[in-house]
Amino acid sequence: MTITSPQAKGETEAVSYVVVRFAGDSGDGMQVTGDRFTSVSALFGNDLSTFPDYPAEIRAPAGTVNGVSSFQIHISDHDITTPGDAPNVLIAMNPAALKADVHLLIPGGLVIVNSDNFEARDLEKAEYEANPLTDGSLRNYRVVEIPMTTLTQRVTEPLGVKARDAERSKNFFALGLISWLYTRPTEPTIAWIEKRFKDLVKDSNLAAFRAGYNFGETTELFDHPYEVRPAKLPAGEYTNVSGNTALAWGIVAAGQLSKLPVLLGSYPITPASDVLHELSKHKHFGVRTVQAEDEIAAAGMALGAAFAGHLGYTTTSGPGVALKSETMSLAVSLELPLVLVDIQRGGPSTGLPTKTEAADLNLAMYGRHSEAPLPIVAAYRPSHCFDAVIEASRIALKYRTPVILLSDGYLANGSEPWNLPDVATLPDISTSFATEPNHTAPDGTPEFWPYLRDPETLARPWAIPGTPLLMHRIGGIEKEDGTGNIDYTPANHEKMVRLRQAKIDGIARDIPLAEVVGDADAHVCVLGWGSTWGAISSAVELVRESGKKVAWIHLTHLNPFPANLGDLLRGFSRVIVPELNGGQLCRIVRANYLIDARSVSKIQGRPFMSAELVNEIEKEFS
Amino acid sequence: MSETAVRVTTKKDWMSDQEVRWCPGCGDYGVLQAVQQLMPELGVVPERTVFVSGIGCSSRFPYYMNTYGMHSIHGRAPAIATGVAVARPDLDVWVVTGDGDALSIGGNHLIHALRRNVNLKILLFNNRIYGLTKGQYSPTSEVGKVTKSTPFGSVDHPFNPLSLVIGSEATFVARTHDLDRKHMMGVLRAAYEHRGASFVEIFQNCNVFNDGAFEDIIGKQVRGEMMIDLKHGEPIRFGADGHKGVVMGGDGQLRIVEVADVSPDDLLVHDAHRADPALAFALARITHDEHQATPFGVFRDVKRDDYGHLVAAQLVQASERKGPGDLAALLRSNGTWTIG
Ligand code: SF4
Repeated sequence: MTITSPQAKGETEAVSYVVVRFAGDSGDGMQVTGDRFTSVSALFGNDLSTFPDYPAEIRAPAGTVNGVSSFQIHISDHDITTPGDAPNVLIAMNPAALKADVHLLIPGGLVIVNSDNFEARDLEKAEYEANPLTDGSLRNYRVVEIPMTTLTQRVTEPLGVKARDAERSKNFFALGLISWLYTRPTEPTIAWIEKRFKDLVKDSNLAAFRAGYNFGETTELFDHPYEVRPAKLPAGEYTNVSGNTALAWGIVAAGQLSKLPVLLGSYPITPASDVLHELSKHKHFGVRTVQAEDEIAAAGMALGAAFAGHLGYTTTSGPGVALKSETMSLAVSLELPLVLVDIQRGGPSTGLPTKTEAADLNLAMYGRHSEAPLPIVAAYRPSHCFDAVIEASRIALKYRTPVILLSDGYLANGSEPWNLPDVATLPDISTSFATEPNHTAPDGTPEFWPYLRDPETLARPWAIPGTPLLMHRIGGIEKEDGTGNIDYTPANHEKMVRLRQAKIDGIARDIPLAEVVGDADAHVCVLGWGSTWGAISSAVELVRESGKKVAWIHLTHLNPFPANLGDLLRGFSRVIVPELNGGQLCRIVRANYLIDARSVSKIQGRPFMSAELVNEIEKEFS
Repeated sequence: MSETAVRVTTKKDWMSDQEVRWCPGCGDYGVLQAVQQLMPELGVVPERTVFVSGIGCSSRFPYYMNTYGMHSIHGRAPAIATGVAVARPDLDVWVVTGDGDALSIGGNHLIHALRRNVNLKILLFNNRIYGLTKGQYSPTSEVGKVTKSTPFGSVDHPFNPLSLVIGSEATFVARTHDLDRKHMMGVLRAAYEHRGASFVEIFQNCNVFNDGAFEDIIGKQVRGEMMIDLKHGEPIRFGADGHKGVVMGGDGQLRIVEVADVSPDDLLVHDAHRADPALAFALARITHDEHQATPFGVFRDVKRDDYGHLVAAQLVQASERKGPGDLAALLRSNGTWTIG
């Protein structure tokens, strides 16, 4: 924490940023607590970035390290891009939470524990041999023990709340305390509790919240509160948005911008289900959502809707992409617009369903049988999911092609303030349906040829059922270019394979050139894609602040690549590629451009820390 | 059932310019003829009609219809057609599938399309064999069947397609066969007129890989005694002069009896509109193998709102409640703050 103003004991101390981590049992309400702290900080005007980190099990055995659910939030008075490498403060509701997360803290960081939960049984469940509060193992931290459960019970008992029920309000005690410690306004939280809960639960939560706040103010356990002033962000109207919400809103927007009805086919899967939940609320935008019987059907329904003239989407995670693969190949052959959204998670197989990873690039690029190229777009920050899905939809519509949009668990669940766009400035992505025959038979009869291409984009016409005279049949069998009639001849097949490839390659002319951020004359370039954006951004900044020159290219279009990418990369003597996978983009750029790029790879279900990347960039200077 | 179906069409309007490529003598020809002949009679128009198929011999069907059509992937036609029908309740959507396509690789999509009651007319061409892949046993092949993949005879117990779909909450269930165009057109017309999912099993002869699979039932010599023609509201009788009939025994089992042996009041009266599916189910299972008398016609035809309309109705209700969507307001729906 950078101290930016001198203060006397008891006075509020201004700090430029703080990273707070709430940790507790899965049933302790840590995600709600984190969300509320986020919301009030957003309204207060801080820049922020969040990182919910929770187990795959809905209720892992209570009190165990496996069952710990955490929420990390970085709030600041300036522009930030990550949820912070190391928390300044850890709120640990039980020994398991302490054990799981205390090592993440900065040296000397503040640990606030619910001391009621440190009985022998609690310690045993967390597999602590000795009580960490007394055995000296926390000597490098400032530990504050507060009997949160007891204090909550004490203030709720007069309301008639049973001791067992009071347990469920103790997270609001913690929230109250942290709200005092960081001088957060209390009104928004109180208003939210009043709206969200009823009767005794509402009263209990309010009493706990106030008690936590007052506890901070009146005890002598804390010298003084801290303040993180509002950030000097660019002027505008802001909202706090998670990646999945931004994505769902982007789909709604794409429907509006294309003037097409939307149909989402989806099957529940972590961490993509929230997109289905959010979109299913917006039927008044002409959005249809179908929870399909399986992943394959979800893609099939979206494709059927596309054939019928809707903007079709299917949202999933890696295992679902695998199941949809055959449908995507059909969509490549049919040349119909369709957007598959892959919210990546740790794999293979069920892997780490609630943890982030970005290891589906190969799957997106190559995961279909035969030669079946399709465009790939990747979102890089939570709010960018909105623009990314509009861009994916634009490409799908203009080129009549399935597109894969890559997001990941970190973007999906993380949130940040978003400077809202003026909707009038969003791109027009509308396209037109075929309305008339486009060819004349030798006998003079007008005909419709479903594969008669636009000479520039190579896109075929989109004629939807209901249009007189344009009846036609399409299918997965190889067809003759132009007529679309079944054609198995060798030369035609090669022609069609190359045409489909040329159509996708040609999109390079229609996407922005790659841009170099930082020092264009540097020797070292960092090449990134997707959610590593935040960590790379702060790492590059830190290295440059230390006086070294670094360039950075971040890709949002992964197929085709921007037309200038090869030339740009060849201009640097060192290229490093940080990825949350085994080096997938790195291998592709090495193969495509014959450059000696170095992979920096992390596969732990967690995002990069800036410090890790600083370290990796520094290596290129030695 | 399009509202704008006013133009008169002829069979020729429904025929595409593609050469039909089934084996000579294949039962699929009869179905194609019946469908192309029926369409003008239904008063519908090609541009509002969509045929979706999966993979298999029968799935070439859309190529031969001068309508909108999609030849998709193995087993997925009901799912893809669901997308078409939900997006566009104004269209007539037909699904053409086979026993392998619908009951093996695509079983999941079939049962879910039926339970949702998507407005689809599903025609299952049952030839009890894999034709396109040249002769492997299918999920409707009889136990003991010797095929390329079962040289010692199949040990797989087959599906009874109609009892499967009745168990899947289907609202319209019927059976016809490829040797009687008039019967088929009658059944297909009823399927068309049903709003929601209609399922029609068509006994179809694959003369190359499973010739005569249904000969003991629908063969010209035997059909009089072997086909039970179901007619709604009438006692179930068949055979020469209706000498045989169906009764329900005290144990709830349906039995085939000589009418002379029972009181006429004991004969089961067919009720396709009965909400409870138990009787339709029992009728579907009255046949235990391919050598027994088998019911044809409409087993079940009950009303239930179709899925596409229910989905569309929610959109209308949402618009009435919230007004047309306002994107700028949506982006602000979680609260905002202003800087500068
Ligand atoms: S293989 Fe059988 S089902 Fe297929 S076209 Fe030939 S006869 Fe018909």
